[in-house]
Amino acid sequence: MSDLTLNHWILMPIMLPALLAPIIVLAMRHDLVLQRIFSIAGTVALFAIALGLTVQAANGPPQVYELGNWDAPFGIVVVLDRLSALMVLLASILAIGVVIYAASSGWDSRGKHFHALFQFQLMGIMGAFLTGDVFNLFVFFEVLLIASYGLMLHGGGAARTRAGVQYVAINLLGSTLFLFAVGTLYGVTGTLNMADLALKVAEVPPEDQALLQTAGVLLLIVFAVKAAMVPIHFWLPGAYANAPGPVAALFAIMTKVGAYSILRVYTLIFGAAAGDAAWLAADWLMPAALVTLIVGMVGVLGASGLIRQICFAVIGSMGTLMIAIALFTPEATVAALYYLIHSTFAAAALFLIADQIVARRGQHGDRLHAAPRFPQTGLMAVLFFLGAIGMAGMPPLSGFLGKLLVLDAAKVSPAMGLIWTVILATSLLCIVGFARAGSTVFWKSAQVETHGDAPVSALTPRDSVPVGAVAFMLAGMVALSAFAGPITGYLEGTAAQLYNPLEYILAVLGPDALAGR
Amino acid sequence: MALTLIVLLPFLGALLPGLMIRAGRNSCALATGSVTLAALVLLLAQAPAVFSGEVIHARAEWLPSLGLNANFFLDGLGFLFAGLILGIGLLIIIYARFYLSKKDPMGQFYSYLLLFQGAMVGIVLCDNILLLLIFWELTSLSSFLLIGYWKHLPEGRQGARMALTVTGMGGLAMIAGMLILGEIVGSYDLSVILENKELIQSSDWYVPALLLILAGCFTKSAQFPFHFWLPHAMAAPTPVSAYLHSATMVKAGIFLMARLWPVLAGTDWWFYIVASTGLFTMVMAAWIALFKDDLKGLLAFSTVSHLALVTFLFGLGTPMAAVAGVFHIINHAAFKAALFMSAGIIDHETGTRDIKKLGGLMTLMPITMTIATLGALSMAGVPLLNGFLTKEMMLHEALQTDYAGIPGILGLLAVIGAIFSVAYSFRYIAHVFLGAPRNDYPQTPHDPPFGLYLPPLVLMIPVVLIGLFPAAIAGPLVATAAGAVIGGPLPDYHLAIWHGFNLTLVASLVALAAGAALLWHHVRANDFRLSFRRPEAKAMFESVLDTAAGAARLVTDGLHNGSMRRYVDVMIGAVFLAGVTAFFATSHGPGSRALTPVPPITLLGWAVLIGACVSIVLLHRQRLLTLVIVGVIGVLVSLSFIYLSAPDLALTQISVEVVTVMLLLLALNFLPKETPKESGSLRRGRDGLLASLGGLGVGMLIYAVMTRDFTTISDFHLAQSKPGGGGTNVVNVILVDFRGFDTFGEIIVLGIAALSIFALLDGALKGPAIKRLQSWVPDQERSRDRHPMMLVVATRVMLPLSLLVGVYIFLRGHNDPGGGFIAGLVVAIAFLMQYMASGFGWAEQRMKIDYHLMIGIGVLAAGFTGVGAWIAGRPFLTSDFTYVTLPIFGKFEVATAMAFDVGVFLTVVGSVMMALASLSRLARVTEAPVNSEPMDVDPTQASSNTNRGTS
Amino acid sequence: MELLVASAVGAMTAAGLYLVLRARTFPVIVGVAMLSYAVNVFLFASGRLAIDLPPVISDTATGYSDPLPQALVLTAIVISFGMTAVIVVLALRAYLESGTDAIDTPAGESESGQPPSIAPTAASARKSDQTEGGQ
Repeated sequence: MSDLTLNHWILMPIMLPALLAPIIVLAMRHDLVLQRIFSIAGTVALFAIALGLTVQAANGPPQVYELGNWDAPFGIVVVLDRLSALMVLLASILAIGVVIYAASSGWDSRGKHFHALFQFQLMGIMGAFLTGDVFNLFVFFEVLLIASYGLMLHGGGAARTRAGVQYVAINLLGSTLFLFAVGTLYGVTGTLNMADLALKVAEVPPEDQALLQTAGVLLLIVFAVKAAMVPIHFWLPGAYANAPGPVAALFAIMTKVGAYSILRVYTLIFGAAAGDAAWLAADWLMPAALVTLIVGMVGVLGASGLIRQICFAVIGSMGTLMIAIALFTPEATVAALYYLIHSTFAAAALFLIADQIVARRGQHGDRLHAAPRFPQTGLMAVLFFLGAIGMAGMPPLSGFLGKLLVLDAAKVSPAMGLIWTVILATSLLCIVGFARAGSTVFWKSAQVETHGDAPVSALTPRDSVPVGAVAFMLAGMVALSAFAGPITGYLEGTAAQLYNPLEYILAVLGPDALAGR
Repeated sequence: MALTLIVLLPFLGALLPGLMIRAGRNSCALATGSVTLAALVLLLAQAPAVFSGEVIHARAEWLPSLGLNANFFLDGLGFLFAGLILGIGLLIIIYARFYLSKKDPMGQFYSYLLLFQGAMVGIVLCDNILLLLIFWELTSLSSFLLIGYWKHLPEGRQGARMALTVTGMGGLAMIAGMLILGEIVGSYDLSVILENKELIQSSDWYVPALLLILAGCFTKSAQFPFHFWLPHAMAAPTPVSAYLHSATMVKAGIFLMARLWPVLAGTDWWFYIVASTGLFTMVMAAWIALFKDDLKGLLAFSTVSHLALVTFLFGLGTPMAAVAGVFHIINHAAFKAALFMSAGIIDHETGTRDIKKLGGLMTLMPITMTIATLGALSMAGVPLLNGFLTKEMMLHEALQTDYAGIPGILGLLAVIGAIFSVAYSFRYIAHVFLGAPRNDYPQTPHDPPFGLYLPPLVLMIPVVLIGLFPAAIAGPLVATAAGAVIGGPLPDYHLAIWHGFNLTLVASLVALAAGAALLWHHVRANDFRLSFRRPEAKAMFESVLDTAAGAARLVTDGLHNGSMRRYVDVMIGAVFLAGVTAFFATSHGPGSRALTPVPPITLLGWAVLIGACVSIVLLHRQRLLTLVIVGVIGVLVSLSFIYLSAPDLALTQISVEVVTVMLLLLALNFLPKETPKESGSLRRGRDGLLASLGGLGVGMLIYAVMTRDFTTISDFHLAQSKPGGGGTNVVNVILVDFRGFDTFGEIIVLGIAALSIFALLDGALKGPAIKRLQSWVPDQERSRDRHPMMLVVATRVMLPLSLLVGVYIFLRGHNDPGGGFIAGLVVAIAFLMQYMASGFGWAEQRMKIDYHLMIGIGVLAAGFTGVGAWIAGRPFLTSDFTYVTLPIFGKFEVATAMAFDVGVFLTVVGSVMMALASLSRLARVTEAPVNSEPMDVDPTQASSNTNRGTS
Repeated sequence: MELLVASAVGAMTAAGLYLVLRARTFPVIVGVAMLSYAVNVFLFASGRLAIDLPPVISDTATGYSDPLPQALVLTAIVISFGMTAVIVVLALRAYLESGTDAIDTPAGESESGQPPSIAPTAASARKSDQTEGGQ
């Protein structure tokens, strides 16, 4: 049994929202203001906890929390290492911006239970990042998915609900596939704990390899669905374009859950030590990632609406991220994680900006044609410009550094030429696409004479809070670029941990885990 | 440190104008100017050191792991360019103050200008090529904003987009080039790279790097075939054109060629690419410039031509040519900026830039005329002006160099280029100022206010002085700058007007004469030009982009057409292919596990199940029937669970079955009862194939798994269930103890499901949905009594029984099949029966529980049971247990896990009931008055059998 | 027995997949339900088959079937029940909102990008959030 010097904080990112949400349902469901206050306060507290955990993870080996006090692999463990801490921190930062935006823009008042669902969503995300058990990962996937259904459908509307049906149905298929994969994995190895799987997989005899690797690939597809990789990315444009602005912004972390899971499972379980199944994911991931990047950025150039354009930009950025992951070297993983953080902020910022623009453009919505000037056109233009150059990977925002890191890391790959060409060429598509969109929405509209009184340009205090939330996301990219040195420092440590899984395994299974071997 | 500050000042200062504009246009311009001035002063303070041949460094780490550092260094070349950027920048700021009209947002303008200035200074001072890339892209972005400054003009927007696209493309290519360069050398620091000529030129990667970097330089400096964007950038306000296209942006490419000259130049690749491009562009652009009627258009192409001249000089690769190139950078910056400003003045005062509408301004605008004439003569290369000197040097180098072994062609072409440039320069004078004054100017022309002609006037000083005393005025600067470019000993040269009577002088005199003659025959020459068809670059560019965007639109909307069926097709196909490939890519051996026997009864069950699967596919269009079959399959699955020794599963499956079917029935009540026949036989065939493949794969997978032995961790669970978990029903102990965390997540899923359903159906009570509901007519024939007596009585009797059963199942759960979840479902079903029997209205009036509470309390109960363990210093969900004896149920043990199970129980009941209650709210919108009586037939008055609420 | 179970799982999967590929929401939902049957049996069978060996500890028992997959399946059943409930109601809502139960939607349809009449603007939301709060 585990020692009594327990660190309950590790569980807090999951338990805080998990307990806050039912309290909101119980006590506050009649008072939106109360819901807002507690939801925001809870999210800020979550951030504080995440920050503390990250500091812990930065100066120490992985920490393990054995639920029900059962030793791994028999019980479920929650593991805090540099990677999970990083993801938890990122999610909590994003959540602060989103919840403040949702509350200040009035989005949370357009349906029921926004904040309860929001907190449950956070619980699911945090659980997925922290758990060290494959089936438990499935459970948390379901938690974050079903919460995301509720959030995505928040506000209703014909198009939204119909897109919702597709989103839910496709994710149900994904969950089914997840169970097929886990079942097979258990049928071969007889265990569910990730660290234990890492050991068992290394010993799987030749006659079981086919089953093992099939399970591994099926699991990869499950994660790839979450990460919206071609050809199973189709759900994303419909779902994100129909989700409420702040929810779409929150979903920026959802695709990253897929990326995280791939990084975790295919370095720990199917990593260097996996014998015949070593680096199982690499060969599958790279081609898919390249195509994803192309499809995404072509979509940015060809999209008919601003929000749809952002959706495809998100797909493209997942392509870049996956290219970096698929290289499976420590350097590339540093690049991947840096780009992961960046693209989360970029996507969130753009979705929130688009929501602001749509709210101002009246019946012109997000369609890319000239429309009369709207209030604060100038401000919106500046915000969109920043968001766009962030997403397109132009300096001075972090996207440029991220892209440089990825390109630099790709030097070792035999496919370097191809990777570089695709990344650079698609960057051009992205730049042109956003330039056309921006100059249509903001510049060309200057031609359209506004009948009646000219729209005000001063920002009312009421509007300034949502705009502040947008600025918060943009500031994330600025900070990421300004403190690139220390941040990549942390990421190097993270990559080192990922590519030396023994530390993780011993932490989970105890020092004598390898005794019998 | 001063260096870093010089770069940062414009960036920090960029905020000022935006604020200061509130204090008026003057203070705005003043603030902007003082920022630039401060930077300039800082720079000049370094002059002594630089001229004494020192190189000043400033280092700071930024992203060490990548080799990206905030390093800056200042040598002759950097000093020259920074001086030009800041010096001319200062003049532009003054000029713009008087040029911009009151309508133009001046604060924005100056902010963009300073951003651009900072980026340019960054390029010329940075000592790290990755940092250089950053500033490079920044110039593209800020120039995009500047060129598109007049956003209401389509030309402005298109010009801006074109500039961004072309230079952006070059920038991306250059990223690759720089990364390769850094890879070759092993460092991204310029000062290191510049010392590794041999290493670089001997590397296999030299040529790719060269090509990619040159792509960046040529796009920025508008060299053929990328020259077309520059003229269209002229839609920008004149101050922008004067700044971007004389001293700065377009010079960035030139600068980079100069900067990397020591390591890249000197090879055949370099010579043939750079020199040829330069010479060709020079001649072509000069020819086009000759026929531009728009003053700024003429100057734009002349700029392209002169940049090409410098490119050509650097391309030659000889130190002497490099010196000439550096010198011409200075000269061109001076007269070209002045000429742009004078063009702006003419535009400003006469209201047109069209040469056809101008002429005879000499007497009307004497000052402007003087400035413009001096500038133009210098551009033409007339002796005693600075343009002459570098023109001479250029011709000299050209005449001396062989091209592909053939002497003289370079010289010849250079002379032709010179002729054209003389011609258009003279035209700028002759067709604008000479001739008789006209009376049809859009505005009556007169000289501009002092502030507007001061800047160009200032620029005339170097034009003249350098022209007269080159060595004295420009000598030291040229020497230090050229020294920096060559990176070695300077060649033996002396800047002078008179080199004796030699071939070069002849050539340049010929050029002047021929140029004048050509202008004389301008009309005829123009006719000659018009006799060819000339590609219209802009139209081509726009059409290419539009085609690309159109294609992208087609592809994107074609792929993502909103058809879920396609998405699922692709998904199933991908999964199947991936699975099969993965399976056969590696080794597989059949399992050796003994098969379990097959008694006939199971065969029967199997047959029924398969039959059900087939029939559900065939009959799926009749929806009610489908539900029946689903029920059958569910029951069969539960039976097989019993048979295969999984009693808990059987219980759960069957109870879930009931609730699910009830839900589906209630929903189907509002949905169409038939699925139309839509897909053709081909479609059905394809779906059938995909489906069977999927099924086949899954079946084989599980067969392979079942037929092999394995060792599993669950032996531990079996062993520890009683001693450690205090329960004999291992499954339940796993659920509430070993893997209680899963269950915690599971009930949260249920809770969220209920909340979402509530929110969904609550939303359905407004908007278009509610209208549809109210106008909804039941499409099924209704039974005449909606609440049949039998059913009511039966359920009423059953209620307490089933509740008791629920409690019993709950309590035994820990040791025998059962537990919180199943108990919850049983109880929920019991309540559901009441709903079914007596209708929603009646039941709801009696069930005053708010299911929100149930769910909330349930989740919290489960959660806090887990937290409870913390007090005991144990981890979350650690359970403890003891034994008690109850009268009815006998001895059983109480585990903290049971409190957890209570949470499960409450959540399940709450969620199920909430889902159905929400559906019932819909039902009540559509249904006739809600019955408050338990049944339609009131037994107390047997006579009456009034049917309330039949539809 | 293994062959029967495997073929049954295969059959249920095939039927489920075929229904999921239909053009209307209802058959898709039924298909998803079928798939969850299939996957539940699959997961259960991954613990191998055993007859008359319920995983309930007793001194008489000669052995036990693998309890872990059973626990997993229990969780899976519950979760898929929740999911089914949501998608059923969602399909109903979608039908009521749009008047069709077709599963395919027009390309590039975007609620958030639509006029405020459908997706209310910040301004109109402001009015609503004073009046409306919770349920």
